[in-house]
Amino acid sequence: MKKIALSNIDLLYKEIAGAQELYLPVKVAGATNFKKFEDGVEVDIKSLQTVKSAKDLFFPQSEDMMEFKTSGKSIEVIDARKKAEPFVLFGVRGCDLKSFEVLDKVFLAEPVDTMYQAKREAVTVVTLACNNPETSCFCKVFGVDASNPKGDVQATIVSDEMHFEALTEKGEKLLSSLKCLEDCEGKGVEEEKAQIKEKIDALPFVNLDLTNFKGENLMELFNRPEWEELSKACLGCGTCTFVCPTCQCFDIRDFQTNAGVKRFRCWDSCMYSEFTKMAAENPRKNQMQRYRQRFMHKLCYFPSNNDGEYGCVGCGRCVKKCPQSLNIVKVIKKLGGNK
Amino acid sequence: MTNEALIPVVGVITDIRRDTPDVKTFRVVTPDGKKAFEHMPGQCAMLSIPGVGEAMFSITSSPTNTEFMEFSIKKCGCVTSWLHSCEVGQMVTIRGPYGNGFPVTKDFKGKNLLFIAGGIGLAPLRSVINYVRANRADYGTVDIVYGSRSMDDLVDFKEIQEEWKNEKDFNVYLTIDRPQEGWDGHVGFVPAYVKEVNIPTDRTAVLCGPPIMIKFTLQALLELGFEKTQVFTTLEFRMKCGIGKCGRCNVGDKYICKDGPVFRMDQLEELPSEY
Repeated sequence: MKKIALSNIDLLYKEIAGAQELYLPVKVAGATNFKKFEDGVEVDIKSLQTVKSAKDLFFPQSEDMMEFKTSGKSIEVIDARKKAEPFVLFGVRGCDLKSFEVLDKVFLAEPVDTMYQAKREAVTVVTLACNNPETSCFCKVFGVDASNPKGDVQATIVSDEMHFEALTEKGEKLLSSLKCLEDCEGKGVEEEKAQIKEKIDALPFVNLDLTNFKGENLMELFNRPEWEELSKACLGCGTCTFVCPTCQCFDIRDFQTNAGVKRFRCWDSCMYSEFTKMAAENPRKNQMQRYRQRFMHKLCYFPSNNDGEYGCVGCGRCVKKCPQSLNIVKVIKKLGGNK
Repeated sequence: MTNEALIPVVGVITDIRRDTPDVKTFRVVTPDGKKAFEHMPGQCAMLSIPGVGEAMFSITSSPTNTEFMEFSIKKCGCVTSWLHSCEVGQMVTIRGPYGNGFPVTKDFKGKNLLFIAGGIGLAPLRSVINYVRANRADYGTVDIVYGSRSMDDLVDFKEIQEEWKNEKDFNVYLTIDRPQEGWDGHVGFVPAYVKEVNIPTDRTAVLCGPPIMIKFTLQALLELGFEKTQVFTTLEFRMKCGIGKCGRCNVGDKYICKDGPVFRMDQLEELPSEY
């Protein structure tokens, strides 16, 4: 294992960023998100959670795919995919790391999404154990161990030091390249992990019961009358989908530029009425149907197609960000209950 | 970098045929005059005009056509209106094929077939019907019940009259919604006509048309004694990627673009009715 004193951690960031791009939680105008490390940025490594998840790094909010040169009746297609350079993603929490596995099941399934794949292969992920999980956290329900978040390198803060353990070849390579780190035995790491586990077990949502959410119950869950009540206050703003680390729905759109047409993809939301709107009709006509689609997808359709893996990682962002206090916890409680 | 499924190739429209007041059939080949890709009947392709948009269309031509692909397209939205206003020689982009297609080499093989279409619903069935004609020995009797609003709205009328009607063991039943001068055929809606024709229940049926027609025709077939396991249909949904990733066409645990668009009626019963 290796370690560095938190008082010297800027040296670590600088050393990593000297070799490849480094993305980590950075505070800008009061909001912490994964941003590129540059001189002068305010790194906010102790913040438990970024506002948006880290999915941006593999599946950006907006991404150019191709360009078209048109003249008269003719069209030329130009590949506009950018090559992915190796980068380090630092300070990822266990829930967000788990979300990469969920996204992998979508984007790396045949036919592979090459834009996503290139970035996934280019990354070295350094995770960080959650010393102080919040009351909105329920990652344990989805099998995440926030004290042992895994990744290529796993970091744990023990009092005023950060300890590192390489878990993959990529992680080994990164750690051994960093001169500012000193070798250590990892003293206090296991005790810290045990304390984190204790804190997690005392969180209010850890007893949510998922057993009801499975493929066999698809029609029963879909037809439950509670959806009306659960969705009544939904504004259809889509905030939950944009902060969600596993929401992966996208739109493909064209943009006219002076030089031609750019085709890009961007995040979209099943909470929007336009999402399924066709020229002739819209199969999901009201917000209840759209609300139900989002949660049924995460809790029933996704596991039905992915060996029981859920499309939620329990990060709690929707719990914190919904302007109407609607969230997946309420859905699970209502339709699944507590253990 | 490896090939990206979402990046299309260029196609050229080499022929445009007006079928009805709001349906045109577009012939598409690559710039060097070949088919863009091979497909099976009932599969779809994404066509786009840069700057206008991309949309999913059923491939109307049979895979046995080795020279080109055809798309019968009704003018109803942004992309389709643009296509209706373009001229021969116009380039478009094309990618595919998408979806499962009809089980022509499995469930349909050796069977007597019944095709029932309403309006533009004939477009995806035309691909199967012409595939069956090209592989005539593999299939039994073929009944086709086709209806539309008026005589002028029957898609592929020339091909139906001149080719399908003359095919051995092909029975073609046409109907229009209301009486019209110059029409001496049947008048009435498709579901009622299906019952009137009283087609034997040994057929494997394929249904395509507006949702209301599908609903009542299925009811008529069940009343005639058909089982839901004998009846296939093809669904329509808004799509963006075509490969089960963009999330748009997700209904229950299925993606219409890759698990469909062809479903058997009993399979649809296990899905939420959000299509």
